[in-house]
Amino acid sequence: MQTNNAAGFFRIVLTMVLAMCLRILPWTGDMAALNPDWVLLVLIYWSLAVPERVGIFHAWTFGLLTDVLTGRLLGQYALAYSLIIYLCLKLHKQLRQFPLLQQGLFIFFCLLLSQLLLFFIKNLQHPAQLHAAFWLPVFTGTLVWPLVYGALRYVRLSRRMR
Amino acid sequence: MLVAVIVSTALLATEYKSPPRLDSLRATLSFFVDPLKYLVDLPTVLVEQTADSISSYRTLKKENERLREEQLEHQARLLKFAALENENIRLHALLENSYKLGEQVLVAELLSVNMAPYEHIVVVNKGTRFGVHPQQPVLDANGVVGQVFRALPFTSEIMLITDPNHAIPVQVNRNGLLTIAVGSGQPNRLVLPFLPGNADIRPGDLLITSGLGGTFPQGYPVAVVDEFTSQPNKAFATITATPKALLDRNRELMIVWSDSTPVPLIAKPTTNNEETNTHADK
Repeated sequence: MQTNNAAGFFRIVLTMVLAMCLRILPWTGDMAALNPDWVLLVLIYWSLAVPERVGIFHAWTFGLLTDVLTGRLLGQYALAYSLIIYLCLKLHKQLRQFPLLQQGLFIFFCLLLSQLLLFFIKNLQHPAQLHAAFWLPVFTGTLVWPLVYGALRYVRLSRRMR
Repeated sequence: MLVAVIVSTALLATEYKSPPRLDSLRATLSFFVDPLKYLVDLPTVLVEQTADSISSYRTLKKENERLREEQLEHQARLLKFAALENENIRLHALLENSYKLGEQVLVAELLSVNMAPYEHIVVVNKGTRFGVHPQQPVLDANGVVGQVFRALPFTSEIMLITDPNHAIPVQVNRNGLLTIAVGSGQPNRLVLPFLPGNADIRPGDLLITSGLGGTFPQGYPVAVVDEFTSQPNKAFATITATPKALLDRNRELMIVWSDSTPVPLIAKPTTNNEETNTHADK
Protein backbone atom coordinates (compact mmCIF):
# COMPACT_ATOMS: atom_id res chain seq x y z
CA MET A 1 0.00 0.00 0.00
CA GLN A 2 2.82 2.35 0.79
CA THR A 3 4.49 1.73 -2.53
CA ASN A 4 1.66 3.28 -4.49
CA ASN A 5 0.71 5.87 -1.94
CA ALA A 6 1.03 8.75 -4.35
CA ALA A 7 -0.90 6.91 -7.04
CA GLY A 8 -3.70 6.15 -4.59
CA PHE A 9 -3.89 9.74 -3.51
CA PHE A 10 -3.92 10.80 -7.13
CA ARG A 11 -6.93 8.56 -7.73
CA ILE A 12 -8.80 10.01 -4.81
CA VAL A 13 -8.18 13.52 -6.04
CA LEU A 14 -9.17 12.53 -9.56
CA THR A 15 -12.50 11.10 -8.44
CA MET A 16 -13.09 14.20 -6.34
CA VAL A 17 -12.46 16.39 -9.37
CA LEU A 18 -14.88 14.27 -11.37
CA ALA A 19 -17.47 14.63 -8.63
CA MET A 20 -17.03 18.40 -8.66
CA CYS A 21 -17.53 18.42 -12.41
CA LEU A 22 -20.73 16.42 -11.99
CA ARG A 23 -21.81 18.92 -9.37
CA ILE A 24 -21.90 21.78 -11.86
CA LEU A 25 -23.07 19.81 -14.87
CA PRO A 26 -25.62 21.88 -16.79
CA TRP A 27 -28.79 19.87 -16.32
CA THR A 28 -31.69 21.33 -18.19
CA GLY A 29 -34.65 22.80 -16.40
CA ASP A 30 -36.16 20.77 -13.62
CA MET A 31 -33.43 18.16 -13.76
CA ALA A 32 -31.10 20.62 -12.04
CA ALA A 33 -33.09 20.25 -8.83
CA LEU A 34 -32.38 16.52 -8.83
CA ASN A 35 -28.61 16.81 -9.09
CA PRO A 36 -27.30 15.06 -5.98
CA ASP A 37 -24.33 16.21 -3.93
CA TRP A 38 -21.72 14.13 -5.74
CA VAL A 39 -18.79 15.61 -3.84
CA LEU A 40 -20.19 14.52 -0.50
CA LEU A 41 -21.04 11.04 -1.77
CA VAL A 42 -17.53 10.47 -3.05
CA LEU A 43 -16.05 11.89 0.14
CA ILE A 44 -18.19 9.54 2.23
CA TYR A 45 -17.08 6.58 0.16
CA TRP A 46 -13.39 7.35 0.56
CA SER A 47 -13.72 8.08 4.26
CA LEU A 48 -15.37 4.68 4.76
CA ALA A 49 -13.01 2.79 2.50
CA VAL A 50 -9.67 4.35 3.40
CA PRO A 51 -10.24 6.25 6.65
CA GLU A 52 -6.50 6.45 7.24
CA ARG A 53 -6.13 8.45 4.09
CA VAL A 54 -9.17 10.71 3.88
CA GLY A 55 -9.81 12.72 6.99
CA ILE A 56 -11.61 15.78 8.14
CA PHE A 57 -8.95 18.04 6.70
CA HIS A 58 -9.59 16.72 3.19
CA ALA A 59 -13.32 17.02 3.70
CA TRP A 60 -12.87 20.59 4.83
CA THR A 61 -10.61 21.49 1.90
CA PHE A 62 -12.92 20.00 -0.69
CA GLY A 63 -15.85 21.64 1.03
CA LEU A 64 -14.16 25.00 0.74
CA LEU A 65 -13.42 24.36 -2.94
CA THR A 66 -17.07 23.42 -3.47
CA ASP A 67 -18.06 26.68 -1.84
CA VAL A 68 -16.00 28.58 -4.36
CA LEU A 69 -17.19 26.39 -7.20
CA THR A 70 -20.85 26.92 -6.52
CA GLY A 71 -20.50 30.51 -5.36
CA ARG A 72 -21.81 30.00 -1.84
CA LEU A 73 -20.87 31.79 1.33
CA LEU A 74 -17.34 30.57 2.05
CA GLY A 75 -17.30 27.84 4.66
CA GLN A 76 -20.76 26.38 4.54
CA TYR A 77 -19.96 23.27 2.54
CA ALA A 78 -16.69 23.04 4.44
CA LEU A 79 -18.60 22.95 7.70
CA ALA A 80 -21.19 20.44 6.51
CA TYR A 81 -18.68 18.11 4.88
CA SER A 82 -16.27 18.06 7.80
CA LEU A 83 -19.12 17.30 10.23
CA ILE A 84 -20.39 14.43 8.15
CA ILE A 85 -16.98 12.97 7.46
CA TYR A 86 -16.35 13.13 11.20
CA LEU A 87 -19.44 10.97 11.72
CA CYS A 88 -18.37 8.59 8.99
CA LEU A 89 -14.90 8.19 10.47
CA LYS A 90 -16.37 7.51 13.90
CA LEU A 91 -18.71 4.87 12.56
CA HIS A 92 -16.75 3.42 9.66
CA LYS A 93 -16.11 0.07 11.32
CA GLN A 94 -19.79 -0.63 11.85
CA LEU A 95 -20.78 0.86 8.54
CA ARG A 96 -18.53 -1.46 6.59
CA GLN A 97 -20.36 -4.45 8.08
CA PHE A 98 -23.78 -3.12 7.19
CA PRO A 99 -25.72 -4.50 4.24
CA LEU A 100 -26.30 -2.07 1.41
CA LEU A 101 -29.82 -1.20 2.52
CA GLN A 102 -28.75 -0.15 5.99
CA GLN A 103 -25.81 1.70 4.55
CA GLY A 104 -28.22 3.48 2.25
CA LEU A 105 -30.23 4.58 5.26
CA PHE A 106 -27.11 5.99 6.87
CA ILE A 107 -26.20 7.84 3.67
CA PHE A 108 -29.71 9.21 3.55
CA PHE A 109 -29.33 10.68 7.02
CA CYS A 110 -25.89 12.05 6.18
CA LEU A 111 -27.22 13.84 3.12
CA LEU A 112 -30.21 15.07 5.10
CA LEU A 113 -27.97 16.44 7.81
CA SER A 114 -25.78 18.23 5.28
CA GLN A 115 -28.80 19.70 3.51
CA LEU A 116 -30.25 20.78 6.85
CA LEU A 117 -27.04 22.61 7.71
CA LEU A 118 -27.02 24.33 4.33
CA PHE A 119 -30.67 25.23 4.79
CA PHE A 120 -29.92 26.71 8.18
CA ILE A 121 -27.05 28.81 6.84
CA LYS A 122 -29.09 29.92 3.85
CA ASN A 123 -31.87 31.01 6.15
CA LEU A 124 -29.43 33.04 8.21
CA GLN A 125 -28.23 34.76 5.07
CA HIS A 126 -31.65 35.81 3.91
CA PRO A 127 -34.88 34.15 4.99
CA ALA A 128 -35.56 32.49 1.69
CA GLN A 129 -38.71 30.94 0.42
CA LEU A 130 -37.46 27.58 -0.74
CA HIS A 131 -39.16 24.98 -2.84
CA ALA A 132 -39.91 21.59 -1.41
CA ALA A 133 -37.60 20.51 -4.24
CA PHE A 134 -34.70 21.77 -2.14
CA TRP A 135 -34.78 18.39 -0.38
CA LEU A 136 -34.86 16.32 -3.56
CA PRO A 137 -31.05 15.91 -3.84
CA VAL A 138 -31.18 13.98 -0.57
CA PHE A 139 -33.35 11.30 -2.17
CA THR A 140 -31.56 11.19 -5.49
CA GLY A 141 -28.27 11.09 -3.62
CA THR A 142 -29.40 8.01 -1.72
CA LEU A 143 -30.57 6.41 -4.95
CA VAL A 144 -27.25 6.93 -6.73
CA TRP A 145 -25.22 5.78 -3.72
CA PRO A 146 -25.00 2.12 -4.88
CA LEU A 147 -23.73 3.44 -8.21
CA VAL A 148 -21.08 5.60 -6.58
CA TYR A 149 -20.19 2.78 -4.25
CA GLY A 150 -19.75 0.29 -7.09
CA ALA A 151 -17.80 2.65 -9.31
CA LEU A 152 -15.41 3.81 -6.61
CA ARG A 153 -14.94 0.28 -5.33
CA TYR A 154 -13.91 -0.68 -8.82
CA VAL A 155 -11.46 2.23 -8.93
CA ARG A 156 -10.02 1.33 -5.54
CA LEU A 157 -9.63 -2.38 -6.19
CA SER A 158 -8.18 -1.96 -9.66
CA ARG A 159 -5.48 0.11 -8.02
CA ARG A 160 -4.66 -2.61 -5.57
CA MET A 161 -4.34 -5.19 -8.31
CA ARG A 162 -1.51 -3.37 -10.01
CA MET B 1 -12.81 18.21 14.05
CA LEU B 2 -13.27 21.11 16.40
CA VAL B 3 -10.70 23.08 14.45
CA ALA B 4 -12.57 22.50 11.18
CA VAL B 5 -15.85 23.61 12.72
CA ILE B 6 -14.33 26.70 14.28
CA VAL B 7 -12.49 27.73 11.14
CA SER B 8 -15.50 27.27 8.89
CA THR B 9 -17.79 29.10 11.27
CA ALA B 10 -15.26 31.91 11.44
CA LEU B 11 -15.17 32.04 7.63
CA LEU B 12 -18.94 32.07 7.45
CA ALA B 13 -19.18 34.83 10.01
CA THR B 14 -16.55 36.97 8.31
CA GLU B 15 -18.13 36.69 4.92
CA TYR B 16 -21.59 37.20 6.32
CA LYS B 17 -20.59 40.42 8.06
CA SER B 18 -18.25 41.89 5.48
CA PRO B 19 -18.23 40.06 2.15
CA PRO B 20 -15.30 41.86 0.47
CA ARG B 21 -12.83 40.77 3.13
CA LEU B 22 -12.57 37.23 1.81
CA ASP B 23 -12.45 38.14 -1.87
CA SER B 24 -8.73 37.46 -2.16
CA LEU B 25 -9.08 34.01 -0.61
CA ARG B 26 -11.93 33.24 -2.96
CA ALA B 27 -9.90 34.45 -5.90
CA THR B 28 -6.96 32.26 -4.92
CA LEU B 29 -9.13 29.19 -4.49
CA SER B 30 -10.84 29.89 -7.77
CA PHE B 31 -7.53 29.25 -9.53
CA PHE B 32 -8.03 25.58 -8.64
CA VAL B 33 -11.71 25.49 -9.33
CA ASP B 34 -12.22 27.63 -12.41
CA PRO B 35 -10.56 25.14 -14.78
CA LEU B 36 -13.36 22.73 -13.83
CA LYS B 37 -15.93 25.17 -15.12
CA TYR B 38 -14.13 25.36 -18.44
CA LEU B 39 -13.82 21.57 -18.46
CA VAL B 40 -17.54 21.07 -17.95
CA ASP B 41 -18.23 23.65 -20.63
CA LEU B 42 -15.93 21.90 -23.10
CA PRO B 43 -18.47 19.46 -24.63
CA THR B 44 -20.82 22.31 -25.49
CA VAL B 45 -18.03 24.24 -27.15
CA LEU B 46 -16.93 21.19 -29.10
CA VAL B 47 -20.45 20.48 -30.33
CA GLU B 48 -20.82 24.08 -31.40
CA GLN B 49 -17.51 24.11 -33.21
CA THR B 50 -18.16 20.88 -35.06
CA ALA B 51 -21.59 22.15 -36.00
CA ASP B 52 -19.90 25.26 -37.38
CA SER B 53 -17.28 23.36 -39.28
CA ILE B 54 -19.65 20.88 -40.90
CA SER B 55 -22.37 23.33 -41.84
CA SER B 56 -22.48 23.59 -45.60
CA TYR B 57 -21.13 26.35 -47.76
CA ARG B 58 -24.64 27.32 -48.81
CA THR B 59 -25.99 27.84 -45.30
CA LEU B 60 -22.93 29.84 -44.40
CA LYS B 61 -23.33 32.00 -47.45
CA LYS B 62 -27.00 32.53 -46.73
CA GLU B 63 -26.25 33.47 -43.16
CA ASN B 64 -23.51 35.80 -44.30
CA GLU B 65 -25.87 37.54 -46.69
CA ARG B 66 -28.52 37.90 -44.06
CA LEU B 67 -26.04 39.31 -41.59
CA ARG B 68 -24.75 41.77 -44.13
CA GLU B 69 -28.25 43.02 -44.85
CA GLU B 70 -28.92 43.33 -41.16
CA GLN B 71 -25.71 45.23 -40.65
CA LEU B 72 -26.56 47.65 -43.44
CA GLU B 73 -29.93 48.27 -41.92
CA HIS B 74 -28.45 48.85 -38.49
CA GLN B 75 -25.82 51.15 -39.89
CA ALA B 76 -28.47 53.27 -41.55
CA ARG B 77 -30.43 53.43 -38.33
CA LEU B 78 -27.31 54.31 -36.37
CA LEU B 79 -26.66 57.28 -38.65
CA LYS B 80 -29.99 58.67 -37.61
CA PHE B 81 -29.32 57.82 -33.99
CA ALA B 82 -26.06 59.72 -33.99
CA ALA B 83 -27.90 62.86 -35.03
CA LEU B 84 -30.63 62.21 -32.49
CA GLU B 85 -28.13 61.64 -29.75
CA ASN B 86 -26.41 64.91 -30.45
CA GLU B 87 -29.70 66.69 -30.47
CA ASN B 88 -30.63 65.02 -27.20
CA ILE B 89 -27.37 66.08 -25.60
CA ARG B 90 -27.95 69.65 -26.74
CA LEU B 91 -31.47 69.65 -25.36
CA HIS B 92 -30.30 68.16 -22.08
CA ALA B 93 -27.65 70.80 -21.90
CA LEU B 94 -30.26 73.48 -22.42
CA LEU B 95 -32.20 72.03 -19.53
CA GLU B 96 -28.98 71.95 -17.50
CA ASN B 97 -29.34 68.21 -17.04
CA SER B 98 -26.42 65.87 -16.98
CA TYR B 99 -26.59 63.13 -19.54
CA LYS B 100 -24.73 59.88 -19.42
CA LEU B 101 -23.14 58.65 -22.57
CA GLY B 102 -20.30 56.56 -23.79
CA GLU B 103 -20.67 52.97 -22.77
CA GLN B 104 -17.94 50.48 -23.32
CA VAL B 105 -18.80 46.88 -23.91
CA LEU B 106 -16.98 43.59 -23.43
CA VAL B 107 -18.39 40.49 -25.09
CA ALA B 108 -18.34 37.51 -22.76
CA GLU B 109 -19.39 33.98 -23.44
CA LEU B 110 -21.59 31.94 -21.20
CA LEU B 111 -20.10 28.81 -19.68
CA SER B 112 -22.73 26.12 -19.56
CA VAL B 113 -22.42 25.15 -15.93
CA ASN B 114 -25.09 25.03 -13.32
CA MET B 115 -23.95 26.40 -9.99
CA ALA B 116 -27.03 25.90 -7.90
CA PRO B 117 -30.66 25.27 -8.61
CA TYR B 118 -33.27 27.91 -7.66
CA GLU B 119 -30.76 30.66 -8.24
CA HIS B 120 -30.63 32.36 -11.57
CA ILE B 121 -26.91 32.81 -11.68
CA VAL B 122 -24.84 32.11 -14.75
CA VAL B 123 -21.10 31.99 -15.28
CA VAL B 124 -19.26 33.78 -18.07
CA ASN B 125 -15.71 33.37 -19.26
CA LYS B 126 -14.45 36.87 -18.47
CA GLY B 127 -13.28 37.90 -15.03
CA THR B 128 -11.23 40.45 -13.18
CA ARG B 129 -8.38 39.81 -15.62
CA PHE B 130 -10.50 41.70 -18.12
CA GLY B 131 -11.39 44.39 -15.63
CA VAL B 132 -14.81 43.03 -14.80
CA HIS B 133 -16.04 44.12 -11.40
CA PRO B 134 -19.17 43.43 -9.35
CA GLN B 135 -22.38 45.29 -10.08
CA GLN B 136 -21.63 45.89 -13.70
CA PRO B 137 -24.72 45.69 -15.90
CA VAL B 138 -24.89 42.85 -18.39
CA LEU B 139 -26.87 43.06 -21.63
CA ASP B 140 -27.54 41.00 -24.67
CA ALA B 141 -28.70 42.14 -28.11
CA ASN B 142 -32.32 42.43 -26.98
CA GLY B 143 -32.18 43.87 -23.50
CA VAL B 144 -30.89 43.75 -19.97
CA VAL B 145 -29.73 40.34 -18.77
CA GLY B 146 -28.57 41.04 -15.24
CA GLN B 147 -25.60 42.28 -13.31
CA VAL B 148 -22.20 40.95 -12.36
CA PHE B 149 -22.62 39.40 -8.96
CA ARG B 150 -19.12 38.25 -8.24
CA ALA B 151 -15.97 38.60 -10.33
CA LEU B 152 -13.25 35.96 -10.05
CA PRO B 153 -9.96 36.12 -11.98
CA PHE B 154 -11.05 34.00 -14.93
CA THR B 155 -14.79 33.77 -14.63
CA SER B 156 -17.53 35.87 -13.20
CA GLU B 157 -20.95 35.09 -11.87
CA ILE B 158 -23.90 36.99 -13.26
CA MET B 159 -27.19 37.30 -11.48
CA LEU B 160 -30.06 37.32 -13.95
CA ILE B 161 -32.90 39.78 -13.58
CA THR B 162 -35.25 36.84 -12.97
CA ASP B 163 -33.44 35.80 -9.77
CA PRO B 164 -35.74 36.18 -6.76
CA ASN B 165 -33.07 38.28 -5.04
CA HIS B 166 -32.74 40.72 -7.91
CA ALA B 167 -34.60 43.96 -8.40
CA ILE B 168 -34.12 46.48 -11.17
CA PRO B 169 -35.45 50.05 -11.30
CA VAL B 170 -37.53 50.45 -14.44
CA GLN B 171 -39.68 52.98 -16.21
CA VAL B 172 -42.64 52.49 -18.49
CA ASN B 173 -41.48 53.70 -21.87
CA ARG B 174 -44.89 55.05 -22.85
CA ASN B 175 -45.39 57.47 -19.98
CA GLY B 176 -42.28 57.44 -17.78
CA LEU B 177 -43.96 55.75 -14.82
CA LEU B 178 -41.23 54.66 -12.42
CA THR B 179 -41.26 51.37 -10.57
CA ILE B 180 -39.14 48.38 -9.67
CA ALA B 181 -39.15 45.01 -11.41
CA VAL B 182 -38.33 42.08 -9.17
CA GLY B 183 -37.26 38.64 -10.31
CA SER B 184 -39.83 35.94 -9.81
CA GLY B 185 -37.59 32.90 -9.57
CA GLN B 186 -39.26 31.45 -12.63
CA PRO B 187 -37.42 31.60 -15.92
CA ASN B 188 -38.61 34.41 -18.15
CA ARG B 189 -40.85 36.20 -15.74
CA LEU B 190 -40.56 39.41 -13.76
CA VAL B 191 -43.07 40.84 -11.34
CA LEU B 192 -43.84 44.49 -10.58
CA PRO B 193 -45.11 44.35 -7.01
CA PHE B 194 -45.10 48.05 -6.14
CA LEU B 195 -47.73 49.57 -8.39
CA PRO B 196 -51.21 50.53 -7.16
CA GLY B 197 -54.33 49.19 -8.82
CA ASN B 198 -54.98 52.41 -10.71
CA ALA B 199 -51.51 52.70 -12.23
CA ASP B 200 -51.34 53.65 -15.89
CA ILE B 201 -49.81 50.49 -17.25
CA ARG B 202 -51.19 47.96 -19.69
CA PRO B 203 -50.15 44.73 -21.32
CA GLY B 204 -47.70 45.33 -24.12
CA ASP B 205 -45.96 48.25 -22.44
CA LEU B 206 -42.21 48.27 -22.78
CA LEU B 207 -40.23 48.67 -19.56
CA ILE B 208 -36.84 50.34 -19.85
CA THR B 209 -34.15 50.92 -17.26
CA SER B 210 -34.71 54.18 -15.45
CA GLY B 211 -31.09 54.75 -14.50
CA LEU B 212 -32.01 55.28 -10.87
CA GLY B 213 -29.88 53.41 -8.40
CA GLY B 214 -26.85 53.93 -10.59
CA THR B 215 -26.18 50.31 -11.50
CA PHE B 216 -27.92 50.15 -14.85
CA PRO B 217 -27.50 52.87 -17.46
CA GLN B 218 -30.70 54.54 -18.49
CA GLY B 219 -32.81 53.57 -21.45
CA TYR B 220 -32.16 49.90 -22.12
CA PRO B 221 -35.18 47.68 -22.71
CA VAL B 222 -35.87 45.29 -19.86
CA ALA B 223 -39.20 43.60 -20.33
CA VAL B 224 -42.68 43.75 -21.81
CA VAL B 225 -45.70 43.79 -19.55
CA ASP B 226 -47.91 40.82 -20.28
CA GLU B 227 -50.47 40.76 -17.51
CA PHE B 228 -52.12 43.36 -15.35
CA THR B 229 -54.70 42.38 -12.80
CA SER B 230 -55.87 44.54 -9.93
CA GLN B 231 -57.99 43.20 -7.15
CA PRO B 232 -60.16 45.72 -5.33
CA ASN B 233 -59.28 44.29 -1.94
CA LYS B 234 -55.53 44.63 -2.37
CA ALA B 235 -53.42 47.74 -2.25
CA PHE B 236 -51.10 46.71 -5.06
CA ALA B 237 -51.83 45.29 -8.47
CA THR B 238 -50.23 42.06 -9.62
CA ILE B 239 -48.30 42.71 -12.78
CA THR B 240 -46.03 40.30 -14.60
CA ALA B 241 -43.63 41.00 -17.42
CA THR B 242 -41.50 38.96 -19.78
CA PRO B 243 -37.84 39.96 -20.14
CA LYS B 244 -36.76 41.16 -23.56
CA ALA B 245 -33.38 39.48 -23.32
CA LEU B 246 -33.18 35.82 -24.29
CA LEU B 247 -32.09 34.80 -20.82
CA ASP B 248 -31.89 31.08 -21.37
CA ARG B 249 -30.90 30.94 -25.00
CA ASN B 250 -28.13 33.39 -25.65
CA ARG B 251 -24.52 32.37 -25.27
CA GLU B 252 -23.01 35.77 -25.90
CA LEU B 253 -23.47 38.49 -23.37
CA MET B 254 -22.16 42.02 -23.13
CA ILE B 255 -20.67 43.39 -19.95
CA VAL B 256 -21.02 47.15 -19.90
CA TRP B 257 -18.85 49.87 -18.46
CA SER B 258 -20.95 52.96 -18.33
CA ASP B 259 -19.06 56.19 -18.40
CA SER B 260 -20.68 58.12 -15.60
CA THR B 261 -19.03 61.48 -16.13
CA PRO B 262 -21.72 63.91 -17.18
CA VAL B 263 -21.52 65.79 -20.43
CA PRO B 264 -20.00 69.24 -20.04
CA LEU B 265 -22.85 71.64 -20.03
CA ILE B 266 -22.95 74.74 -22.14
CA ALA B 267 -20.85 77.25 -20.28
CA LYS B 268 -23.83 79.16 -19.10
CA PRO B 269 -22.20 81.87 -16.95
CA THR B 270 -19.85 83.05 -19.68
CA THR B 271 -22.57 83.19 -22.31
CA ASN B 272 -24.71 85.04 -19.85
CA ASN B 273 -21.96 87.52 -19.28
CA GLU B 274 -21.43 87.98 -22.98
CA GLU B 275 -25.12 88.43 -23.48
CA THR B 276 -25.34 90.94 -20.72
CA ASN B 277 -22.28 92.63 -22.13
CA THR B 278 -23.79 92.83 -25.56
CA HIS B 279 -27.00 94.04 -24.00
CA ALA B 280 -25.08 96.60 -22.07
CA ASP B 281 -23.28 97.64 -25.23
CA LYS B 282 -26.56 98.16 -26.88
